[in-house]
Amino acid sequence: MIAWTIYITFAGAVVLLFLPRFLSRWIALLTTIGGLAISLAAFFCDDVDLAHFTTIVRVPWVPMLGMNYHLAVDGISLTMALVTGIAAVSTVLFSWDVDFRQNEFFFWLLLVVGGSYGVFLSADLFLLFVFYELVIFPKYFLIAIWGSTNKEYGAMKLTLYSFFGGALVFIGILAVYVTAGSLDLNQLAQFQFTPQLQSWAFPVLFVGFAVLAGIWPLHTWAPTGHVAAPTAGSMLLAGIVMKLGAYGGLRVAMNLFPQGFHMFSKWIAVFAVIGILYAAAVALRQRDLKFVIGYSSVSHMGFVLLGFATANALGVSGAVLQMFSHGVIAALLFAVAGRMIYRRTHTRELDTLSGMNLSRALPFAAFTFVVASAASMGIPGFSGFAAEITILLGAWKTFPLAVWITGAGMVLVAAFTLRALKKSFFGDTQSVNSSSTGAASVFEPITIAEKLGAGLLMFATLAVGLYPKFLLDRIQPAVEAMRFLK
Amino acid sequence: MNYLELLKLALPEAIVVVTALAVLGIGLASTRASAFCSAVAALGLAVAVGAILMLPQSATLFNGMLVITPLTSLFKIICMVLAFFTVLLARSDRSSRNQGEYLAMLLLATIGLMLLVGSEELLMIFIGLELTGLSLYVMAAFDKTDVRSAEAGLKYFLFGSTASAFTLFGISFIYGMSGTTGLAAIAQKLTTGSVQPLLAVGIVMTLIGFAFKIAAAPFHLWAPDAYQGAPVPSAAFIASGSKVASFVVLGKIVLVGFGPLHGSAAWHAMIAGWSPVLAALAALSILLGNLVALAQTNVRRLLAYSAVAHGGYTLLGLVAGGRDGFSATLFYTTIYAVTLVGAFGVVALVKRQSGSDRETGGDDFKNFSGLWSRSPLLAGCMSIFILSLAGLPPLAGFFGKFYLFSVAFRAGDNHGLLWLVALALFGSLISLYYYLIILKVILVEERTAGASAIKVEWLQRLTLAVLALAVLCLGVMPGPLLSRIVTALPSKFY
Repeated sequence: MIAWTIYITFAGAVVLLFLPRFLSRWIALLTTIGGLAISLAAFFCDDVDLAHFTTIVRVPWVPMLGMNYHLAVDGISLTMALVTGIAAVSTVLFSWDVDFRQNEFFFWLLLVVGGSYGVFLSADLFLLFVFYELVIFPKYFLIAIWGSTNKEYGAMKLTLYSFFGGALVFIGILAVYVTAGSLDLNQLAQFQFTPQLQSWAFPVLFVGFAVLAGIWPLHTWAPTGHVAAPTAGSMLLAGIVMKLGAYGGLRVAMNLFPQGFHMFSKWIAVFAVIGILYAAAVALRQRDLKFVIGYSSVSHMGFVLLGFATANALGVSGAVLQMFSHGVIAALLFAVAGRMIYRRTHTRELDTLSGMNLSRALPFAAFTFVVASAASMGIPGFSGFAAEITILLGAWKTFPLAVWITGAGMVLVAAFTLRALKKSFFGDTQSVNSSSTGAASVFEPITIAEKLGAGLLMFATLAVGLYPKFLLDRIQPAVEAMRFLK
Repeated sequence: MNYLELLKLALPEAIVVVTALAVLGIGLASTRASAFCSAVAALGLAVAVGAILMLPQSATLFNGMLVITPLTSLFKIICMVLAFFTVLLARSDRSSRNQGEYLAMLLLATIGLMLLVGSEELLMIFIGLELTGLSLYVMAAFDKTDVRSAEAGLKYFLFGSTASAFTLFGISFIYGMSGTTGLAAIAQKLTTGSVQPLLAVGIVMTLIGFAFKIAAAPFHLWAPDAYQGAPVPSAAFIASGSKVASFVVLGKIVLVGFGPLHGSAAWHAMIAGWSPVLAALAALSILLGNLVALAQTNVRRLLAYSAVAHGGYTLLGLVAGGRDGFSATLFYTTIYAVTLVGAFGVVALVKRQSGSDRETGGDDFKNFSGLWSRSPLLAGCMSIFILSLAGLPPLAGFFGKFYLFSVAFRAGDNHGLLWLVALALFGSLISLYYYLIILKVILVEERTAGASAIKVEWLQRLTLAVLALAVLCLGVMPGPLLSRIVTALPSKFY
């Protein structure tokens, strides 16, 4: 049933191209809600064996080359499909005001969403790669056409980085395909690749995927791209697309090449920790609100990689939970920065914003941003805390030193988040003259669509934060079935 | 062997000849009957395709001068389909005033392609090459009002005739060494011998001629000017039909005729033979084509340099060799040809709209800016073609590249061709930049002042939509074409 998330999303994308413009956002909304409903239903339906990558569709595609249209699902893919659904619905809600070339906008947007569902559900390596690449190029158009600051540069940089990663993944997939003679992920997970192959194919494949996950030092596309992107673009990028990279690294690189993974897990941990600290430190110095959030994304994705590097069930489960949690939180942060603030004030400069007294002018935006920041900082009760604490617990067994350093780094995360929060909403109103305070009252009020979108995301982060077991119960068996665990 | 039987087996070619003469006659009789000429030409091609379907499964005439196998039938059909679309394209090109003569040349070139595809004998292949070449030279220079067209024709002619001379010279060496011109017979003679110096000269010279045909660097110098200057349908046919047939026959020559002298292009383990030569051509084409394409601002010139690069990718399959390698090459060149005919179709319509632009020729980037608002259909089709050239899923180019690269990766022991695959991937990465720039011009930029909406007639709409749909379908469902090509190939080469 969950396979229908892919079909309805692509069908919606094609249909809305041929319908009048004013219908497109409604169709996009219906499509994404449909996707979310299906993934929720699949999540609550208990008859799936979550521990194994269970086949749901399998049709010969190009039998001559051993390609199948093969979809499967386990606890990890279900979780990722769920976050895709949540992020997609809220993205459409936060794009309600797009009035320039609406049809095309929602077309590209739905392509990204549909491709992401496809990646999370593919059990055939070729199919996975098809969906993976399908997600990348629509982002170019989303950013270059509807973006803001320096959009063409940001779009090109992001796309070329992604394709660079894609080329590495391509080599890795060819190596897998040619040596094992199969593209079926379940079969490949049983296949014993020679250590010699694993020692070069793992880094190629993992780095290829990790580019999209924003691994340091190949992360620089992320902040630039986020800043250039329209609100929907940043939400999708941070909410879903960066997760594709992490998911690919887990599902393909780590699961197929366990020995290669163990050879390099130490290095992944090193790069992850550097990424967490470096991005947090850079975020502390940014003037543009979106740059702050962009770097915070890199920092949070560093936790995902650290969780992977632990190579134990706890750490990896935490990493998957963090993928969910960050998907929700980052989407929320970008929604506030891009839609609620930038669309109204036409600036994202923290210094300018601090003079606008936004907390009074836009109380709902302020409330949302406080919640999002709290979740992002890892305050208990929100999903970010549950995920990061699980990762650190897992890391404690493998890399105790990394936990110390990261723990110190979390102070940096709190520092830049609080700084952004204070400057953007709770600025120093004393120093501001009356004219700009007067201007504050004329902002267009927060629309219902925005409230709904923000509500959905806040509910998700709170629900998971208060009851993480709900997701972990499904993630952990699937992780434990993977063969790279020590 | 009586002549009636010969006529029966050569019926498709005969039909095309008759059509060419008929079109020429109609053109002579009336200068205003261009629509009628096109209709006759299209009809003749359709009938000839039907005649091919009626042919027996396999036959050999005059020791391989004319052979009929599933492979030759398939590729004759593909060449004729490409010619068919070129005829439709030529409908929209107003620069060719003598439509009858133009279409007759096109049909003659098609016959040349059919001979090329349908022969396993070096002399006959050479005749096919010359017939195709001479017709294409005329087609390239056909627009008498445009100095660029004359330049294109002249350059194409000079380079082409030099290359033909090389080929003929090479063939004479091979004939001298083996005493025969039939491909299968040559292979038998060569099984025992190692690569003697004279034979090496012969092989390299023959390959140079084909490298020119497929515009592989460093024999690509004619391509940019011919693609840019020639009338658009001519350029489309040079880039598609001529290329497909050249790859078919090049594959046959190296894999069947020179099969025993395959050599090896593996890194650190090169063995003399033709495959290192092709590997060098491929590597050079990929690098040079992609790097120079980065600097272009004219769509047709850019397509020319990207064609050089694509020629390089396509050679990968031949370097890998074997049935898989050949089928990958054939699949890739077919989908590439379909894509390129479509892309040139869009260029023709945009160029016609901005035809008064003498300075740029009407197909610079700036003539394409804001195409999305001038004609959503053209912009959509062009995006599909360009994305397919860039190798993005779910379009045909993506599957073609995956197949081609996986075959090359698998070839030899210990992944010896990994260097070439990595180079090709690096080249594709570079190419994404300039393809995205075209797409940016088309889909992102606003139209320039004075650029009006483009009106497209229903026939052109239909043609482009069919081609775009074909590119999409070949990407989503590559199975049918792929299995046809693979089953048409003999199971084993030397």
